[in-house]
Amino acid sequence: MHQAKRGLAFWCLAAFFVLFVLFLYGPISTILILSFQGPDGGLTFPMNGSSLHWFRNLTEQQAVGDFGGSFSRSAILGLIVMAITVVFSFAAGLAFRNRFRGAGAIFYLAIASLIVPSILVSLGIGLMFNILGLEPTWYSSALGAHLTWTLPFGLLIMFAVFNRFSPAYEEAARDLGATPWQSVRHVVLPIILPSLIGVGLFGFTLSYDEFARTLMTAGSFNTLPLEIYGMTTNVTTPVLYALGTTTTGLSFTVIVAALGTVLMLQRRRARR
Amino acid sequence: MLGIPMTTTVTTEAADEAPPARGLGIPTAWRPYLQVAPLTAVFVLFLVIPILTIVIVSFWDYDSVQVIPDFVLTNYQELLGSPVTWKIYLNTVKFTVLVWALTLLIGFIVAYFLAFHVQSVVWQTALFLVCTIPFWTSNIIRMISWIPFLGRNGLINQTLINLGIVDHPLEFLLFSDFSVVLAFVHLYTLFMVVPIFNSMMRIDRSLIEAARDAGASGWQILTNVIVPLSKSGIAIGSIFIVTLVMGDFITVRLMSGGQSASVGLMIANQISLLQYPAAAANAVVLLVIVLLMVAAMLRIVDIRKEL
Repeated sequence: MHQAKRGLAFWCLAAFFVLFVLFLYGPISTILILSFQGPDGGLTFPMNGSSLHWFRNLTEQQAVGDFGGSFSRSAILGLIVMAITVVFSFAAGLAFRNRFRGAGAIFYLAIASLIVPSILVSLGIGLMFNILGLEPTWYSSALGAHLTWTLPFGLLIMFAVFNRFSPAYEEAARDLGATPWQSVRHVVLPIILPSLIGVGLFGFTLSYDEFARTLMTAGSFNTLPLEIYGMTTNVTTPVLYALGTTTTGLSFTVIVAALGTVLMLQRRRARR
Repeated sequence: MLGIPMTTTVTTEAADEAPPARGLGIPTAWRPYLQVAPLTAVFVLFLVIPILTIVIVSFWDYDSVQVIPDFVLTNYQELLGSPVTWKIYLNTVKFTVLVWALTLLIGFIVAYFLAFHVQSVVWQTALFLVCTIPFWTSNIIRMISWIPFLGRNGLINQTLINLGIVDHPLEFLLFSDFSVVLAFVHLYTLFMVVPIFNSMMRIDRSLIEAARDAGASGWQILTNVIVPLSKSGIAIGSIFIVTLVMGDFITVRLMSGGQSASVGLMIANQISLLQYPAAAANAVVLLVIVLLMVAAMLRIVDIRKEL
C-alpha cells in the first residue's frame, strides 16, 4: 500500500488509541505508585510519604492469609500447567495435520472448553470429586480445571502454526532418511519453537491468574488469586497494592522473558 | 458432548498424502490417535464428565444438611418459578449487551487504527503487543486497581471537587452497575481487538485500492468493504465477550460491592450455601442459554477457517 497521507482521520484514531492505552494501563500504574505509600498512607491518594513498608509487610506473618504459601503454590501450578499445555497441544497439533476419525468432535470439544463458563467447570469438577469421595487439591482438581482453559488456547495456536507450515521441510528430511521422530525433533520443533514459547506463556500466565476455575477445585490450600480475592474483603491497607505490584511484576517478567526469547530466536534465524 | 457426529465436516489440507509407515514400530494410522489422546483425556475427565455430573446432580434432592441422590424436578421448578431468577437473568443479559456493544465499538476502532493506519510493521506489532499484554496479567488486580480512581475519595472525585464541578463525591462511581460495566470493558476489550485485527489483516489491500479507484470515500470503504470482511473477527470476539460476561461472578461481586447480581454470582452463592442441586440446575439453564447464543453467532463464522 502506498504511503497514505496522514489526515484528520489518522490523528483522531491515534488519539483514541492513546486514550485506550491509558485506560488499559492507567489504573494498574496508580496501584503501582500507591504501593509505595508511607506507613500511614491509605488506599487512595494523596501519597503519605513514600516507603517500602507495605512490601516488608507482605513478607511478614499476615493476620489474614498466607502470601508465601499461596504464591509458591500458584507458581508451581503455573509451571506444571505450562509444561502439560505445551506438550499436549504440540502432540495434538501434529495429530490434526492428518485426517482421523473424531477430529471434528475433538475440535468442538476444545471450543466448548473455551466457551463453557468457568464457574461451571469449577462446580462440575468440585461435584465430581465430591461424589467420588476424593479430596480436591490444587495439584489435582485445580490442575485439571486450569488445563480446560489453557489447552484450547494452545491447540488453536498450534492450528494457526501448522496451517502456515510448509510440509516441504519434512519431506526433505524424509528424503534424507530421517525417521518420523528425527524429523519432528530436528526439523519441526526448531521451526515452531517461538510458537511453543507463546503456548507456554499462555499456559503459565492463564493458570497463575486463574480465579473462577480454582474457586471450587483448590481444596483446603489457596492459590494466589484466591488469596488476593480473600484479601479484598478483609484488608484495607496498601499491603493489597504491594501484593498487586509484586504479582503484576512477576507476570511482566514472564511476559518480557517469553517475548524476548521469541525475538532473540527470530533475530538469530534471520542472521543465518 | 462427545456424541456430536462432526467427523465429516472437517477437511484438513494435505491430508491425502499419508506419509509412508516407518520408524518406532507404531502403525502410521494409529499415530494421530496417540498424539491427540492426552488432550482428549483431559477434556473428557475435566470437562465432559464434570458437566454430566452437573446435569445429573441438578435432578437430585437436598435438604439443609445433605444432598440426596434422586430424580426430582423441584430444582428447576423452584428456579424457573421464582421472579428473582428472571430478574437476575435479565440483569445478566443487560450487562452482556452493554459490555458487548461497548467492547465492539472500542475494539473495532482500535483494531481498525492498528490494521489500516499504522504503516510500519514494527510499530504495528509493538502497539498490538501493548494491547494484549494486560491479558496475561491478573484480572483481580486489574479490578482492584480501579478503587483508587473511583472510590469516594478517589482520584476522579477529588478532581471533580477541586475543579468545583460537584460539591459532594459522586457515589455511583464505585460499587454500582457503572463500575461493573467499566471493569468488564477494561478487562475484556482485547478479546474483541485481537480477532477483529486478525480478520482485518487478511483483507486484501487491493480491494481497498479498487474501492478508492471506483470513487468510494473513506467512510464508504469502511462500511462497504472493511466491516463486511471483518465480520468473522467480530463474531469470534462477540462469542468471547458473551460467554465471559454471561458466566462471570467475580467482577460483578467485586465491582458492585454486593449491589448487583448476575447468574454466576447466584450460582456461587448457592454453592456457598451448599445447595449443590439448586446450583447445578441453575448452571444447566445458564449453559443452555450461553450455548444457544454461541450457536446463533457461529452461523456467521466458521472458526476453523479463521486460524
